Amino acid sequence: MPKIIVEVMPKADLLDPAGKAVANALQRKGHSEVTNVRIGKRIELHYENTPTDADLQAAKQIAADFLSNGVIEDVVNVSVEN
Amino acid sequence: MTTSVDTTKDAKQSPEKAQPWKELGLKLEEYKNIKQILGRRPTSAELAMYSVMWSEHCSYKSSKIYLRQFGEKVTPEMTKNLVVGMGENAGVVDIGEGWAVTFKVESHNHPSYIEPFQGAATGVGGIVRDILTMGARPIAVMDQLRFGAVANPDTARVVHGVVSGISFYGNCLGLPNIGGETVFDKVYQGNPLVNALSVGALRHEDLKLAKATNPGDLVILFGARTGADGIGGVSVLASETFDADGPSRRPAVQVGDPFAEKVLIECCLELYAAQVVAGIQDLGGAGLSCATSELASNGQAGMRVQLKNVLLRDESLTPEEILMSESQERMMAIVPKESLKAFTAIVEKHEVEYSVLGEVIKEPRLYINWGDEEIVNVPPRSVAHDGPVYERPVLYPTWLDQLNRDSVINNNLRRATEASELAEQLVQIVSSPNQASKSWITDQYDHYVGGNTALAMPDDSGMVRVSEETGLGVAIATDANGRYCQLDPYQGAKLALAEAYRNVASSGAVPAAVTNCLNFGSPENPEVMWQFKQATAGLADGCLELGIPVTGGNVSFYNQTGDVAIHPTPVVGVLGVIDDVARRVPSGWQDQGNNIYLLGITRDELDGSVWSEVIHDHLGGKPPVVDLKGEKALAELLHGASLQGLVASAHDLSEGGLAQAVVESSLRFGMGARFWLNEILERDNLDLTAALFSESTGRVIVSVGREDDVKFVGLCEARGIPVLRIGVTDASEKLEIQDVATWNLGDLKQAHSSTIPELFG
Amino acid sequence: MKIGVVTFPGTLDDRDAQRAVRLAGAEVVSLWHADTNLHNVDAVVLPGGFSFGDYLRCGAIAAQAPVMESIIDAANGGLPVLGICNGFQVLVESHLLPGGLIRNEHQHFICRDQKLIVENVDTAWTNGFKLGQEITIPLKNGEGGYIADAETLNRLEGEGLIAFRYSEVNPNGSVNNIAGLKNKKGNVVGLMPHPEHAVEPGFGPDTAVAMRSGVDGLTFFTSVINQLVNA
Repeated sequence: MPKIIVEVMPKADLLDPAGKAVANALQRKGHSEVTNVRIGKRIELHYENTPTDADLQAAKQIAADFLSNGVIEDVVNVSVEN
Repeated sequence: MTTSVDTTKDAKQSPEKAQPWKELGLKLEEYKNIKQILGRRPTSAELAMYSVMWSEHCSYKSSKIYLRQFGEKVTPEMTKNLVVGMGENAGVVDIGEGWAVTFKVESHNHPSYIEPFQGAATGVGGIVRDILTMGARPIAVMDQLRFGAVANPDTARVVHGVVSGISFYGNCLGLPNIGGETVFDKVYQGNPLVNALSVGALRHEDLKLAKATNPGDLVILFGARTGADGIGGVSVLASETFDADGPSRRPAVQVGDPFAEKVLIECCLELYAAQVVAGIQDLGGAGLSCATSELASNGQAGMRVQLKNVLLRDESLTPEEILMSESQERMMAIVPKESLKAFTAIVEKHEVEYSVLGEVIKEPRLYINWGDEEIVNVPPRSVAHDGPVYERPVLYPTWLDQLNRDSVINNNLRRATEASELAEQLVQIVSSPNQASKSWITDQYDHYVGGNTALAMPDDSGMVRVSEETGLGVAIATDANGRYCQLDPYQGAKLALAEAYRNVASSGAVPAAVTNCLNFGSPENPEVMWQFKQATAGLADGCLELGIPVTGGNVSFYNQTGDVAIHPTPVVGVLGVIDDVARRVPSGWQDQGNNIYLLGITRDELDGSVWSEVIHDHLGGKPPVVDLKGEKALAELLHGASLQGLVASAHDLSEGGLAQAVVESSLRFGMGARFWLNEILERDNLDLTAALFSESTGRVIVSVGREDDVKFVGLCEARGIPVLRIGVTDASEKLEIQDVATWNLGDLKQAHSSTIPELFG
Repeated sequence: MKIGVVTFPGTLDDRDAQRAVRLAGAEVVSLWHADTNLHNVDAVVLPGGFSFGDYLRCGAIAAQAPVMESIIDAANGGLPVLGICNGFQVLVESHLLPGGLIRNEHQHFICRDQKLIVENVDTAWTNGFKLGQEITIPLKNGEGGYIADAETLNRLEGEGLIAFRYSEVNPNGSVNNIAGLKNKKGNVVGLMPHPEHAVEPGFGPDTAVAMRSGVDGLTFFTSVINQLVNA
């Protein structure tokens, strides 16, 4: 199934309460080797055929405009996957 | 992967084919019965349908003979306001001014142990759909939760999941949570109880029933797509046609989407308003099997269904799996052909998916095809209503004799001799997990949405306004006490009824109807069946005496781990009507200088009490005596007094006795009070321990403004209700009980509110 | 005076917002998310709830709805718009207000009667309050934590664009205790707490006087009517 993968992460300098909660839980479980956790989203866009360059450009625009909120998130990856 | 389907033709041609009736939970007798009904062996799909529709959960086979009492022990007077009685998705009660309400409580116990979040969430979803199916707009929810011991590490897992699940689903539906209860007891360790109640309001003419009556009407499935939710057991059938991975992919749990249900609610209400639906059923346990057979059977008609028309989330589902799926947020409507266009316009507006599965036929037969192959051909009544009826063996538990002799008095359980010790015990009790404030839980629920919540936790009942024009409203209270029921299930059930009844009356409403959720151990255990028999009789007799009918409810059996059953825990919900919610009576005092009266008589009744549990870890003896005639008189007094505006606050006495009630009433608005007990000690012949902690029934504490004293006392005396002035409110921010102690309200509040957050926060 | 109340799939407090508008003395116009026609309303309320199931991000999909195109246009032209809770999230996603709203710090949904300080009375929706007035408004949400980068925060504080601040208790970890914002013109206001739940005696927050008697929320709606009438 041809896909484009979009990955969105909360901005580095902003609070990530979900990540913090998971990090605390890991500490409690004894995993002191994990110093921090940040949680983002992986979004799959599915296509009939292998995505073209134009498709990839369009996906990058979709990622920036809709799939992420630029105030609080960064798009860290937009790539084709087969 | 083969997808050969077992058709009715195959069934006729291969009568000796081995079928997994045992794995599906059927007994040999039942399998033979099915063969007799059909005149051949059942197909795979038919076997699946019968196995799930004849299961305990769907057919009530072990409880039917006892539940009949609720319909039999009634008088015409009692049922005159009943628009719809038992047997439908929910009971419906006329409340006046052309309004009716529908309410019911249900359980989702076992799923909540396996997957607490989804179990509780889908429990809320299920009961709300039942209410919606009656043609009503759901207006509130309540929940009754029982968890294991607070010290056990697994309890937190269940608590967090269940509370989050209820919060998530209920809040997303936009339904205010107006009350309920939370109890911790080690007997529920492996068997938490998650009961959910919902209430809805409708105009009389909007009532909908789950029946298909008119041949030619269309059968339409709409809402969420059908997936593999909840079919765990049925995948035994799938393994016949799948490779080895098949069954493991099929989850036993259902996953809920409250957003889908909210959209469904708005869509259905618009369908109802447009009058395009002739009958409607929600899909809960047993999914399509249940909806099709019940709609047909209720309407004394039949159906032709094309199963391939079902919209699927997962194309790999077999026909048996589709019929058993418990995917949430689905409804089945019976739509007259001429209304189809209007129907589709509305569902499309709400972006809800739908598909026409077939039509209603005159012949009382359910035909289901998979493409061109007929896979189901059964009489719907045999599936939906004529399931097995068991008369399980009943055996009096002889250990009960010893338990009943093992009373507080016979054990000489030590009572405090010093005032300081009594004071300490009071604090211990009000801060014990079952008596402590549950606001850590209830603050996770929305109680504002809708703008009609007149009373919610921590008041005695939840109260919702139904008519914005006149203030007409309803009040609901739910109660249960497993400890009392363990000591005496007959009295215990009556006690739960009495308490819920008293709670409704305390808030100013007139009790009108009853629902129940009967949580018990295994029906294959004759001692549990004895408890069930006793409890249902107690509840039925109690309802008859109080003159309010049971309108519907739910039974949950098999709440046991190994051989050890939970305490019998019948949850009783009472609904009352109030002509104007502005008259509601809060549970605590807000004005200083008011007199506080204790209504009712106190006896030395500490068996099964919170005092015996918290101070002595003891359960034994006999529960408090119930006097339903007295409860009725008390309720009528409270109603009369509130009509005249004589009562500023009213709080019923129950678990934790007088001590708990006075602490709660003082903390409600942070207004202190001063109490003296010498008169009650003398009049009722008690010691201080009994005065403070006895759990005698038929008692309420009320606060009355100075100007209304004479009238109020006169009213009590005229009606023969024992009344005693025991205190006065003041702005001291202290609670004083003469000869016992004085506490700062701040300290009491701290003790009362910190227990639950410290345990689970 | 006509005030539009928008309904998205999953909106929960639209009926309450409609009641608030009626009690304040204006006519309610129901606005469906898929309809771009604003029916000549004089103001718009974006109510609370879980529009589109809070999928992707709270308010993200609602911000793309046809009705929002018209509302964004009209707001830029001066139409008074009030965003409550999820409505505030929609305003932020629509870029009519800056910043972001994330999960509550303590990870739980919380429903409580919240004290707020009115920090700005120069708006369509708060002109009926006194500057610095303390009001009690019900709060109920799971994703109410206001968040913004340092630069935005400085600008908000510097330009006086904070409309409300949490008082006594910060229920969700919002930076600088920010409970609500206004835009520069003062026609757009967004806040997490729910004024529409404090408009009718008997159904609002408790006060020292009587149970459920708080009606501080009504002033939001009378303010906008006042402004429109006197415009």
